[in-house]
Amino acid sequence: MKGEIIINEEVVPNVHRLVLSAPVIAKRAKPGQFVIVIPDEVGERIPFTLSDWSSENGTITIFYQEAGVSTMKLTRMEPGDIVHTVVGPLGRPSKIENFGTVLLGGGCYGLGAIYPLAKAFKKAGNRVIGLFEARTAYIVYNEEKLREEVDELYIVTADGSRGLKGHVPEALPYILEKEGKIDYAHFIGCTYMMMVSSRGTKEHNIPTIVAMNSLMLDGTGMCGICRVEVDGNTKFACVDGPDFDGHKVNWDMVFARKHAYVAEENMAYQFYKTRTDGASGECAKKQREVA
Amino acid sequence: MSERKEGLTPKERMAIPRAKMPEQNPSARAANFEEVPLGLTPEQAMQEAKRCLDCRKRPCVSGCPVGVQIPEFIKLVGEGKFGEAAKLIKQTNVLPAVTGRVCPQENQCEGDCTLFKRYGGVSIGALERFVADYERTNNLVEIPPKPKSTGKKVAIIGSGPSGLTVAGDLILLGHEVTVLEALHEAGGVLVYGIPEFRLPKAIVAAEVDYLVKQGVNFELNVVAGMTVTMDELVEEYDAIYIGVGAGLPWFMRIEGEELNGVFSANEYLTRSNLMKGYLFPDYDSPLPPGKHVCVVGGGNVAMDAARTAKRLGAKVTIVYRRAREQLPARGEEVHHAEEEDIIFNLLSNPVKILGKDGVVTGMECIRMELGEPDDSGRRRPIPIEGSNFEMECDQVIISIGAGANPLLTKTMPELELNKWGYIVVNENNRTNIEKIWAGGDIVTGSATVIEAMGAGRIAAKSIHAYLMDLPQPSADKEGAV
Ligand SMILES: Cc1cc2nc3c(=O)[nH]c(=O)nc-3n(C[C@H](O)[C@H](O)[C@H](O)COP(=O)(O)OP(=O)(O)OC[C@H]3O[C@@H](n4cnc5c(N)ncnc54)[C@H](O)[C@@H]3O)c2cc1C
Ligand SMILES: Cc1cc2nc3c(=O)[nH]c(=O)nc-3n(C[C@H](O)[C@H](O)[C@H](O)COP(=O)(O)OP(=O)(O)OC[C@H]3O[C@@H](n4cnc5c(N)ncnc54)[C@H](O)[C@@H]3O)c2cc1C
Ligand code: SF4
Ligand code: SF4
Ligand code: FES
Repeated sequence: MKGEIIINEEVVPNVHRLVLSAPVIAKRAKPGQFVIVIPDEVGERIPFTLSDWSSENGTITIFYQEAGVSTMKLTRMEPGDIVHTVVGPLGRPSKIENFGTVLLGGGCYGLGAIYPLAKAFKKAGNRVIGLFEARTAYIVYNEEKLREEVDELYIVTADGSRGLKGHVPEALPYILEKEGKIDYAHFIGCTYMMMVSSRGTKEHNIPTIVAMNSLMLDGTGMCGICRVEVDGNTKFACVDGPDFDGHKVNWDMVFARKHAYVAEENMAYQFYKTRTDGASGECAKKQREVA
Repeated sequence: MSERKEGLTPKERMAIPRAKMPEQNPSARAANFEEVPLGLTPEQAMQEAKRCLDCRKRPCVSGCPVGVQIPEFIKLVGEGKFGEAAKLIKQTNVLPAVTGRVCPQENQCEGDCTLFKRYGGVSIGALERFVADYERTNNLVEIPPKPKSTGKKVAIIGSGPSGLTVAGDLILLGHEVTVLEALHEAGGVLVYGIPEFRLPKAIVAAEVDYLVKQGVNFELNVVAGMTVTMDELVEEYDAIYIGVGAGLPWFMRIEGEELNGVFSANEYLTRSNLMKGYLFPDYDSPLPPGKHVCVVGGGNVAMDAARTAKRLGAKVTIVYRRAREQLPARGEEVHHAEEEDIIFNLLSNPVKILGKDGVVTGMECIRMELGEPDDSGRRRPIPIEGSNFEMECDQVIISIGAGANPLLTKTMPELELNKWGYIVVNENNRTNIEKIWAGGDIVTGSATVIEAMGAGRIAAKSIHAYLMDLPQPSADKEGAV
């Protein structure tokens, strides 16, 4: 399928909201699943979490951060443009049950991506506690939308510019004190945040799920690049996950594997930027002047 | 033996030397991704055709999994009727440009040719390739007239050789055919696995295009079981063919496999072929060049990975646990790999991948010796205690085979599978579920292109009979003839 871009906007610095027309995916999507997007005909296959969808409108929403060449290409596309490929929904849907009180934490793109889970956990009868983790106050987004679904929303910033200061582990004792008991936790965001959060919940014996974001290629279990070690077993994040028990993931391995292509990714980024913007960024400057 | 027009005696025929296909020379080709064998010239093809003795028993035909009418098409080649020869082959084999290039002919048609042992078999593969290329490049491919519609709808899951065959057969019979493919290009292993230098992607694209022109509907980026459920397909279509291949890469389960620089062959080849990583950074998907690449395994997949790594500039060593005679790859691939200076470290098996800071630095292997034959009839490799040795390398490509990918089958628990997860079918490639057929690697495990096509043909016949309320075809080994 090709996907027409309906909305592509920067919601806070370096976080973009992309709404694509993808009726077949919108019809099928379940919380916790993802799609793979190829921006253009020479592009990579890159995974993004489904952060919202509407089967009536036939649209899906993803939040993305500019990280490298593929996401940069996306930032430069406009409504009406067509992404070469969007395929999904992929991955196993998240386990949604009535656990009691659920702590739902998001960082980076997770501030957007936890929304469908919040809705689903709520519907299943849970008390849902949202948690936004951000570096600083001005990059918090999606707040109003999430507040509609959660019973409580905590904001944790690394610099303390808003809400609690620090990361999830520092915030947990406070949240536990206010909420009483937390029966289940689920985190989506950058790898570091998910790892640290899992360590935090472990101390309090809270069962914890993380949405693993390993490197992926096909997303159908065919290449094995997304392999992660969980409880001593090799799992493929695209088909066995992306959700795994955060206390059983071998995080050292996850971190090591993320860096498989860093040198090439940088090169691709520079190459594309130079080619499109000119060696000194002349082109971009001119564009800005015109605009 | 029947007489041929030119009236050569069998003796004269046998005296003709086997054609030698021109090839790119090894040092030049090891640095490019263009096709290695360049194809026969028309003169060479006609000369080679004269070698065929037109044996009454046609052993070559029995050696071909789909029973291509070999002596008959070769006769046409001898008469210079290349277009007609191509049409004749296509009655049993819809992808001759592909099979002519990739069939393990020495174990199939050519291996059973009367001339094989003493003179070298007739170059059936090369001739098949020649006529198919001739037909395509001279625009002789005709789109058959659209048959009367039966109004029946068939869904084919997977666009590998097996699915393409079913599509080609059923569209000719007037059914409405839709092929669902998970990836963004059609062709299965032919596009994501087999490299450009062995099977140019333009050929696969031409074959797909031929089906499109006949009215086959391709829906790319549809993962059956995820994008659409099996229940929905059963509801919407009158029959379904599952040809999803055996795409689950095996790892060795040894220490160090998680290190960066360790790839499955599927990842490495998909990056290179499907994502065009060898053209990085013109294409975005990286395929980092290695300095010394170790490829573990000895099949076609291992040869393809090794020769790809070589073309990206690496020194390449194949590590295989049995001896040269047991290498499962096509003879020609092994030969080409050797010519390209790929090192074969035979009778060795990795025990550990070594690394530093999360990156591969080498591999520890153990020497093997061959013991008694195992279930497969091949002598079992046994580790020689204390023979461990280390080799330095910065990339390891694991190519020890693939299993059944459960992505689709696990969504349909009622579908009968064997203990390895492959789909169980009867002699007509029917599964235990009324409207569903299956074939190719997802039934047999990793096999060959032509076997996957043969299964597709058998299934297509059975599907047609089912849709038209005809009796089911009876079991018939040469399903295609
Ligand atoms: C199941 C899944 C869901 C995801 N959901 C989202 C989402 O909703 N929004 C979002 O912004 N990102 C998401 N990601 C991460 C996203 O896929 C990567 O950020 C993206 O591939 C980067 O592509 P790029 O070419 O722009 O950067 P690259 O040039 O490929 O990489 C730039 C940097 O990002 C790192 N990186 C590359 N791929 C990943 C990855 N898969 N995860 C983390 N870091 C990576 C690289 O190591 C490198 O440092 C998800 C990943 C997975 C596996
Ligand atoms: C690198 C390599 C080299 C080889 N070399 C040779 C050779 O030289 N000679 C030879 O004869 N054989 C060779 N083989 C083996 C041969 O390619 C296979 O036996 C053959 O391709 C099997 O065909 P298939 O149609 O069953 O499946 P495949 O070719 O595997 O195609 C299956 C297709 O189904 C798609 N699919 C999977 N799941 C789904 C889903 N849920 N929904 C939709 N689509 C799905 C896949 O993406 C794929 O495109 C080689 C294999 C490899 C990997
Ligand atoms: S299809 Fe393969 S086995 Fe059959 S004749 Fe052609 S090359 Fe030989
Ligand atoms: S076995 Fe060989 S010589 Fe005999 S008919 Fe077949 S191709 Fe010709
Ligand atoms: S992305 Fe290829 S197996 Fe998961």
